[in-house]
Amino acid sequence: MTAEVTTAPITAPAFPLSRSRCPLNPPQEYERLREEQSVSKVTLRVSGKQVWIVTRHDQVRQVLGSPDMSSNWKLPGYPLQVPLPPDVLETLELPLVAMDPPDHTVRRRALIPELTAKRMQALRPRIQEVTNQHIDAMLAKGGPVDLIQELAVPVPSLVFCELIGVGGENVDFFRRYAEQMVNRDITPEEFGAAQYEMEMHLQGLVTAKTENPGDDVLSRVIAKNNETGELQHNDLVALARMLLFGGFDTTANIIGLGTVALLENPAQLAEVKADPSLMPKAVEELFRYLSISDSATARVATKDIEIDGVLIRAGEGIIALNGSANRDDRFFADPDALDIHREAKGHLAFGHGNHQCPGANLVRVELDVVFTTLFSRIPTLRLAAPVEELEFKHDQLIYGLYSLPVTW
Amino acid sequence: MRIRYDRERCVGSGACAFTLPEIFDQDEDDGRVLVLVERPGAEHRKAIEDVAASCPVLALSVEDD
Repeated sequence: MTAEVTTAPITAPAFPLSRSRCPLNPPQEYERLREEQSVSKVTLRVSGKQVWIVTRHDQVRQVLGSPDMSSNWKLPGYPLQVPLPPDVLETLELPLVAMDPPDHTVRRRALIPELTAKRMQALRPRIQEVTNQHIDAMLAKGGPVDLIQELAVPVPSLVFCELIGVGGENVDFFRRYAEQMVNRDITPEEFGAAQYEMEMHLQGLVTAKTENPGDDVLSRVIAKNNETGELQHNDLVALARMLLFGGFDTTANIIGLGTVALLENPAQLAEVKADPSLMPKAVEELFRYLSISDSATARVATKDIEIDGVLIRAGEGIIALNGSANRDDRFFADPDALDIHREAKGHLAFGHGNHQCPGANLVRVELDVVFTTLFSRIPTLRLAAPVEELEFKHDQLIYGLYSLPVTW
Repeated sequence: MRIRYDRERCVGSGACAFTLPEIFDQDEDDGRVLVLVERPGAEHRKAIEDVAASCPVLALSVEDD
């Protein structure tokens, strides 16, 4: 320890902090914190618990890359951000996102071969087809329409249902669950009920896929596991649950916000319209710029560690704010500007370390297809309401829009 | 120029294989990195250094022969 170790600051503002300026930007307070108090304490609105936040790019990487940080939701200091009832938590088979090595390593390696870059690229024609169908429907209907309901939600939901091998009739049920799991304002009773209902459904799904395997991710993971025997039935249920949680709501949110960000930057939008080969880079920049899962990267320290002179003790919770890291001018030049030509390499929007989002390559393909198709087929697309009047998900763990009126 | 990679660290994010499929791939069995071209031409250097910087576990690096 160095002589500069400081004690915890006395004030601990309520978290999440508010986005008072442009709603496409993270809370303005992050900027001050990065300069003056980059490791500081906040009070979680959901529980009243005090936890640490770290705000600089190097600090966020340090926390998320450290073997002395646990993702285990069941450890008392873990900064849970949704009202997960203690009795539900106690019996919950933890999802991948809440596990540590070596359990995490085994399960991640069972899943990852199904989500490789090559496999995700192979979905491109089907993603294109689903996108075309929904844009056809939008055009047939005529503007104004709600882009969230017409495109942002259904395209990734359908792609995801096909990927894990469940019928499209499950879409609404799964989406409702995925939304509840990131709702900071749900009651513990509602959370518990949603969790139980989904658990029963997924138990049945895993059994069905074991008995009648199909051509899908879940069936293949189960079939392979029959040979290796590494995972139990409940592990497979937890894996299915995590796929739902991670794959449903997130992509829809970034399609909505990304559309607004591109429309608000018309010169850059004109460039990608003229040359769609720029889109993958633009998509990467949108991940950085929007950082929709800003506070989802949370840990609890398992050993005392020091971050820039601040001592964090074993057992204390830390939220490594990837949205703040992605606007850190120590790492990105002019970070508050959307710049599709930027090398957004090293952005932390998918997290960092061994928990980095395993679905990142699926989202990359989906956004490339959706944005390219949307703006080429409806080149005059525009917002049908001022940005200030849009309904942003200020209360949710994953940021996005409740609705997005557009016309053409 | 030679690509160094650490399969023990690799968590199969596939960021490298997505960005530079002509140089990187992923093992069909466990999703971890496979380097298709261990000694790529110097013209690829910047692109490889960029994906190395985006690797979530910093398992890739470029070294001179």
